[in-house]
Amino acid sequence: MSDSILRAKEINIVFGGLKAVSDFSCELRSGELVGLIGPNGAGKTTVFNMLSGIYQPTSGSISYTDGKGAEHRIEGMESHTIAKAGIARTFQNIRLFKELSVLDNVRIAMHNRVRYTAAGAVLRTKRYYEEERRIEEKSMELLSLFKIAEKKAELSANLPYGEQRKLEIVRALAGDPQLLLLDEPAAGMNPQETNALMALISFIRERFSLTILLIEHDMNLVMGICERLVVLDYGKIIAEGLPSDIKRDPAVIKAYLGEEAVFDA
Amino acid sequence: MSIGNEILQQIVNGVALGSIYALIALGYTMVYGIVRLINFAHGDILMVGAFGAYFVLVRFGLSPVSFVAAFVFSMVLSATFGIVIERLAYKPLRNAPRINALITAIGVSLILENGFRVLPFVGPNPRQFPTIKTVNLKIFDISVSNVQLIVVIVSIVLMLALNYIVMYTRTGKAMRAVSFDRKAASLMGIPTDLIISFTFGIGSVLAAAAGILFATAYPQVEPYMGIMPGLKAFIAAVLGGIGSIPGAMIGGYILGIAETMTKGFISSQLADAIAFGILIVILLAKPTGIMGKNVREKV
Amino acid sequence: MNRKYRNAAILLAFGVVAVILPTFLIKAEIIDEYTAQILTLAGINAIIAMSLNLISGICGQLALGHAGFMAIGAYTAAVFTMKAGVPMPAAIISAGFVSAMFGFIIGFPTLKLSGDYLAIVTLGFGEIIRVVMTNLKGITGGAAGLKGVPNFTKDILAQPTVSFAIVTGTLVLVLAALTNFLNSSYGRAIISIREDPIAASSNGIPVFRYKMMAFTISAFIAGIAGGLYAFFFGYLNPTMFTFLKSVDFLIIVVLGGMGSITGTIIASYVLTYLQELLRFLKDYRLVIYPLILILIMLFRPKGLLGRAEFSFVALFDRIRKPKEVRK
Repeated sequence: MSDSILRAKEINIVFGGLKAVSDFSCELRSGELVGLIGPNGAGKTTVFNMLSGIYQPTSGSISYTDGKGAEHRIEGMESHTIAKAGIARTFQNIRLFKELSVLDNVRIAMHNRVRYTAAGAVLRTKRYYEEERRIEEKSMELLSLFKIAEKKAELSANLPYGEQRKLEIVRALAGDPQLLLLDEPAAGMNPQETNALMALISFIRERFSLTILLIEHDMNLVMGICERLVVLDYGKIIAEGLPSDIKRDPAVIKAYLGEEAVFDA
Repeated sequence: MSIGNEILQQIVNGVALGSIYALIALGYTMVYGIVRLINFAHGDILMVGAFGAYFVLVRFGLSPVSFVAAFVFSMVLSATFGIVIERLAYKPLRNAPRINALITAIGVSLILENGFRVLPFVGPNPRQFPTIKTVNLKIFDISVSNVQLIVVIVSIVLMLALNYIVMYTRTGKAMRAVSFDRKAASLMGIPTDLIISFTFGIGSVLAAAAGILFATAYPQVEPYMGIMPGLKAFIAAVLGGIGSIPGAMIGGYILGIAETMTKGFISSQLADAIAFGILIVILLAKPTGIMGKNVREKV
Repeated sequence: MNRKYRNAAILLAFGVVAVILPTFLIKAEIIDEYTAQILTLAGINAIIAMSLNLISGICGQLALGHAGFMAIGAYTAAVFTMKAGVPMPAAIISAGFVSAMFGFIIGFPTLKLSGDYLAIVTLGFGEIIRVVMTNLKGITGGAAGLKGVPNFTKDILAQPTVSFAIVTGTLVLVLAALTNFLNSSYGRAIISIREDPIAASSNGIPVFRYKMMAFTISAFIAGIAGGLYAFFFGYLNPTMFTFLKSVDFLIIVVLGGMGSITGTIIASYVLTYLQELLRFLKDYRLVIYPLILILIMLFRPKGLLGRAEFSFVALFDRIRKPKEVRK
């Protein structure tokens, strides 16, 4: 049994009187690939935002165990601290640094582990040159893995949509995360691209020893690679379990397709 | 005068001053609500209005008829300036980064100020604004001047008129729709450009009125006269919650009273600083202002 | 390895020439005193404009009160020299640190605010600083001004030469330091804040801390330039540091390109010279400047260089090998 690295306990969040997420609890074990699914507006991205520190839950707790085995209570922590602890994410609406190059987008994610000081940068110490070379090499490695290395000098805004999504994942990986939150990574992709993405996600999970929680609407991807599913509707968990079971779960079918579909299943 | 009376006196003064700030603040808040722009040049529209009235009154002398004519002329003049500025300088930047529009607004403000300054019939020197003779009434030991009464009454009438327009007319509904979601409003068939122009126009009309009232109370007009009242009215709008019409009114009165209280009890030097102090406090404590709502950015 | 040293050498050479050559020309009176003064003033403006660009163009936080930091630097340097007998170089550095301290204090509550509000609050603080300076009559001479600030050198004849050399030398140093800072992970981090603060934060950048860093460094540089200004002018008056002065710097930054510090330098020299050239326009000048600002915003918002930097190395390469330009 692998160790638990994330434990969300009954987290709630209220926006202007509306409870967007109620009593969400979830445990992620090291190396798992879990899918968070549900109809639009169910609160999936809101859950991500709470896990990554963009929102603060109104109640509940989130516990994260980092790579060194230290446990942190991260609810209410700022995003950059959570990122530094080892949780990285991508966004539903791509949030790349548009006017910056592909390479710079990746290098920025490596900043929080940089080994020279600002003064060192100004004085151009030996450490600066070594670090810059290390950063560039590592960034290029990652970009090559995702087959976008030749575009390193391009403005990220100029990349085709599919490559922008890949770049966001590369950027997330550059921070050396342990837990990766992917928000609709296949959005806008055609079936071939989706298949390639599925292979890529499995590959990076293996290669970088990641735990992955992903939000997706594409059922092929979800059923194809997720080991376990959590289903959200109107901010509440309505089902969890193996993909094969979830497929037949009446509550899930009702949420996605409506009452009648339950009888046809 | 007992301390209680002194306080009441300053409150009365503050209400008069606050009415003027409220009128100006309404313009800021409506424009911000509808196009998310802080119209730096708004205070200078006040100056345009004041000068408009000045020239009418100087030409035709001071009488109830000419006073009304001055109001009308200055309101039309200011509305024209406001609408033209919007079309030429702000509309092209509606989809540009906010910094660009802000910088442009600063530029427009400077052009108005210095432009009026170089006009041969204006010039940098202050002019004396024709005023009516001040008559002080004493109510319960508190002195209220006829000028103050005029200021408050005219302001309230205008604010009521504005409230009626915004809440009970179709145009007002269109204004509110555009301020919520411009694209959706346009999809619903609302002529957004026209509505935005109308908003600027109304804001400018109120600023013109404020300018005339201001000049009646502090009878000097000069090209830079709009800067301080404009800045303070902006602070009032932020205090009340920028984008909120009732907020602008509340903010205006609070600021007016705070200023007169400071002038009366602390020091008149600090009267200007108190406005900035309030701004800093409100932005630290509740940046959305008294009536403001928290609008979360969707991530 | 070789490349790195070569580029550094080229830049050093350009820097030295930029300072030494005109200095000689001024000393030899080939460049007259009047022009020398314009060049020196342009240099001071360039330093402050660069500091504004750092926080507003590169970090994306519009600040409208930099005349205030300039004022703090100027009065600090003047008072330290005149009343405490501090030697000039130490006074200038202190001016930087005092200004940075105020930058830190002001930045702490205000950098949490977003765009529009931050601009207004910095404007407010700029005004507050000016009002305070006016009221501290004992120290600053108040509204009457502070006369008799020592010049860079007691030798009146050498004044223009020495002033130019010191100011331009400082400009080159600041440019070098800023460029090195920006071409590093720290620079990239600060730029990412401009681009998308939420994405930056989610990728490990402590956004508020770095905004504070940029703002404080910016105040430091503006303070140093303020000190230079005091010794250059010899006279200080609070009316020199109004909001309109802050707008002057904003115009320089916008013209040069928000995000390009070499663009800022070019724009500073152009505009300072233009200001002198158009002096005959008198008050009409006050209408033309804001008009320039608006026209830039409407028709070429990226200004001269946009976010690109002028590359001396590229220039050198083109001079040496005009046809095949190595990458």
